[in-house]
Amino acid sequence: MSDNMRLRVRFEKTGAIRYIGHLDVMRFFQKCLRRAEIDVAFTGGFSPHMIMTFAQPLSVGLESHGEYMDIEVHSVTDSQDMLERMNAASVPEIKIVSVKRLPENAGNAMASVAAAKYLVSFREGRTPALFKEDPARVNEAISEFLSKETIPYVKEGKKGTREVDLRPGIFEFFVKEDQSLEMLLEASSGDNVKPAQVLDALLALHDDSLSENALQISRLDTYTRKVSVDGILGELLSMDEVGEIF
Amino acid sequence: MNRDHLALSDDILMKIEKPARYIGHEYNSVVKDLSEVDVRFAMCFPDVYEIGMSHLGIQILYDMFNKMDGVWCERVYSPWMDLDEIMRKERIPLFALESQDPIKDFDFLGITIQYEMCYTNILQVLDLSQIPLLSKDRDDDDPIVIGGGPCTYNPEPIADFFDLFYIGEGETRYAELLALYRKHRKEGFDRENFLREAAKIPGMYVPSLYDVTYHEDGTIAAFSPRFDDVPEKVLKEVVMDLSSTYYPMKPVVPYMKVTQDRVVLEIQRGCIRGCRFCQAGQLYRPVRERNVDVLKEYAMTMLKNTGHEEVSLSSLSSSDYSKLPELIDYLIEECDKRHINISLPSLRIDAFSLDVMSKVQDIKKSSLTFAPEAGSQRLRNVINKGLTEEVILRGAHLAFEGGWTRVKLYFMLGQPTETEDDIRGIAELCNKIAAEFFETVPKEKRVNGRVQIVASTSFFVPKPFTPFQWAPQCTKDQFVEKAYFTRKCISEQLNQKSIKYNWHEADASVMEGVLARGDRRLAEVILKVYQKGCFYDAWSEYYKHRVWLETIEECGLTPEFYTSRERSLDEILPWDYIDAGVTKEFLKREWQKAQNEMISENCKVKCQGCGAARFGGGICFEERVAGDE
Repeated sequence: MSDNMRLRVRFEKTGAIRYIGHLDVMRFFQKCLRRAEIDVAFTGGFSPHMIMTFAQPLSVGLESHGEYMDIEVHSVTDSQDMLERMNAASVPEIKIVSVKRLPENAGNAMASVAAAKYLVSFREGRTPALFKEDPARVNEAISEFLSKETIPYVKEGKKGTREVDLRPGIFEFFVKEDQSLEMLLEASSGDNVKPAQVLDALLALHDDSLSENALQISRLDTYTRKVSVDGILGELLSMDEVGEIF
Repeated sequence: MNRDHLALSDDILMKIEKPARYIGHEYNSVVKDLSEVDVRFAMCFPDVYEIGMSHLGIQILYDMFNKMDGVWCERVYSPWMDLDEIMRKERIPLFALESQDPIKDFDFLGITIQYEMCYTNILQVLDLSQIPLLSKDRDDDDPIVIGGGPCTYNPEPIADFFDLFYIGEGETRYAELLALYRKHRKEGFDRENFLREAAKIPGMYVPSLYDVTYHEDGTIAAFSPRFDDVPEKVLKEVVMDLSSTYYPMKPVVPYMKVTQDRVVLEIQRGCIRGCRFCQAGQLYRPVRERNVDVLKEYAMTMLKNTGHEEVSLSSLSSSDYSKLPELIDYLIEECDKRHINISLPSLRIDAFSLDVMSKVQDIKKSSLTFAPEAGSQRLRNVINKGLTEEVILRGAHLAFEGGWTRVKLYFMLGQPTETEDDIRGIAELCNKIAAEFFETVPKEKRVNGRVQIVASTSFFVPKPFTPFQWAPQCTKDQFVEKAYFTRKCISEQLNQKSIKYNWHEADASVMEGVLARGDRRLAEVILKVYQKGCFYDAWSEYYKHRVWLETIEECGLTPEFYTSRERSLDEILPWDYIDAGVTKEFLKREWQKAQNEMISENCKVKCQGCGAARFGGGICFEERVAGDE
């Protein structure tokens, strides 16, 4: 491999742009990086493409303040300059928050995703009865929910349904003062847990369910796990903390 | 403006397919401060976003309007079927992408009309916008509905739906039209007065200011202005200096993958060739080139401003651009450094183009395209397609030597004077190309052992302002018979296993023919068809042929009157009041020569006196070359 460097770019996706799908966000960045004249490395062959990976696809309709993209570059200026150039070549709804250099041993954005934190609220008129109670009462219900050893849930996929256990994938879940919910959930590609699945499972215990399009969800950040020298996975760490400002 | 405001609710956006079609916010889209805007122009392509966003003309006009002080031009496309249904049910007015404001509140709704089968989509757009479908039912508060584009060279079938048509190239007269509009707004607006005055601007056609009367047999008896100060003929507008006019340096970059997802470099307008079936070849005369240095600069600026990973040359016949080698050499060098692809459509296959193509594309994956349009030399002479069998076989030979193994061939069925021998020629030509492959490429070098030849035929639809505008169109049965015969002939060839044959559906070609050479009486048909639920007719899955046929009959008309009827040379044609630059005498001459199987040399070799020289520029005033290959 050459002297290429790997950069981790943290960005926000907000406002109207939440209706742009993941593939289109990738296409957006391919063009944005060209406009910003970032010296991105390409794969070889007759149809070379930029070397880039994204942490975790964000579903259409969700906002996010903690999206990540890794790119490989031939040369850099400094973090601030590259951030400014990328923002000048972007739209206000896709805002680059940081550009950091990754250490050589860092896993790529896609492979190293471990968790994601979400802020969830109910759309007007769609709050289930349970969540209309005062936050202390709701947190009690959540504690009860989380005290279960297993939380079986039937996932519907393209290849039919399969039953999974949600419990190991729920790291944090509580109600805030303003009645919004914060959840820290497993997000590795095989075992990804979605906020709606957690709420579905909780409401099922109270003989209730989510109404259509009930949730307003914002991803706050995406996490990886600390890796010890001997390769053992440790505690969660914002993906932003893996790289360094240059 | 609040950038987070969207016309559609979250519930709707989460429910429909591809919500990115409706939210705007694209890079390079223009948002203006409403307090500094006094004319709002909605520019519409009446088809789905991915198609509409791929159209260069709108990008040019969008850029032009938004450069004007006080003018804000926004875009609007046909909502797809899923959203259409919701908007009707919930009475949501159609909106522009940039501001998300209702179209009905705009000053102008401009609609580009690129093909006949979108006519019902025009009504869909008006209807969803809550603008009266008929021009006569609109009042002073409704937007001025203005049409442009190639179909407006015969706008009669859709005349009732438009207040105004702009005939010709949009770069020249809009400033004048908007100035007139502002003056009328300031002095107390009256729709009729404004349109009457607008009709005096060159290129403007206001259908309501003309009366048409018909003979008993349905042909036109007279077409006349209702007032003395309304011009009898409308001459198309042409921009003569392509190197110093509007060109969008910052085209809007869609998020979604659209059909034309690249920088488009229009290298010239018009075509020197004069194929007799081709409408574009007549409408865009005279041929005008863009300066090569200007084009180089445009290409680099547009690539930088968009971030596109591909640049494409656009023209009716790129091989005829005089500085093509210089331009391509430059692009190859610059694009190679930047990992940018070059796409080169409409190149004639010869040593030069093959060399260029081998540099810019993967030979193993790409195919060669020939468009002989007819199978025999006799018929190619009739249609004036100056491509000989020798040239095709030589090109194929070179290509096979260069490693290509896939060849696409385009033909038209049903052109004037066509016989079974001409159709058999299609099969024989395909066979000869296959034979050429086996002769050229030794067995051990054949990838997968064979050559792939794909022959496609479309059905010929005579168009206004072509030498074939008088020609009878084939009936559906004739079309289908011809396609079957083509298939049979191909199956009889020695190399038939190497040849794949595709043909288009005949139904839509019949209706395209009705609309292309139609008159004002068809407006009733289009309106009724739309009211019965037809639109997106250009999409075969939504086209309902039976509904069209029964509606034509209900209106007391027949398709045959417009399609298979032979028109006499002295008949008043519905589009005769439009002056497209080429004279009727020239078209008649060409029609005669076609019937005598005589070719006409291209503009570079010999002037045929088409009439376009009156515009005072372009190829008409350049030195002729002594001969042409």
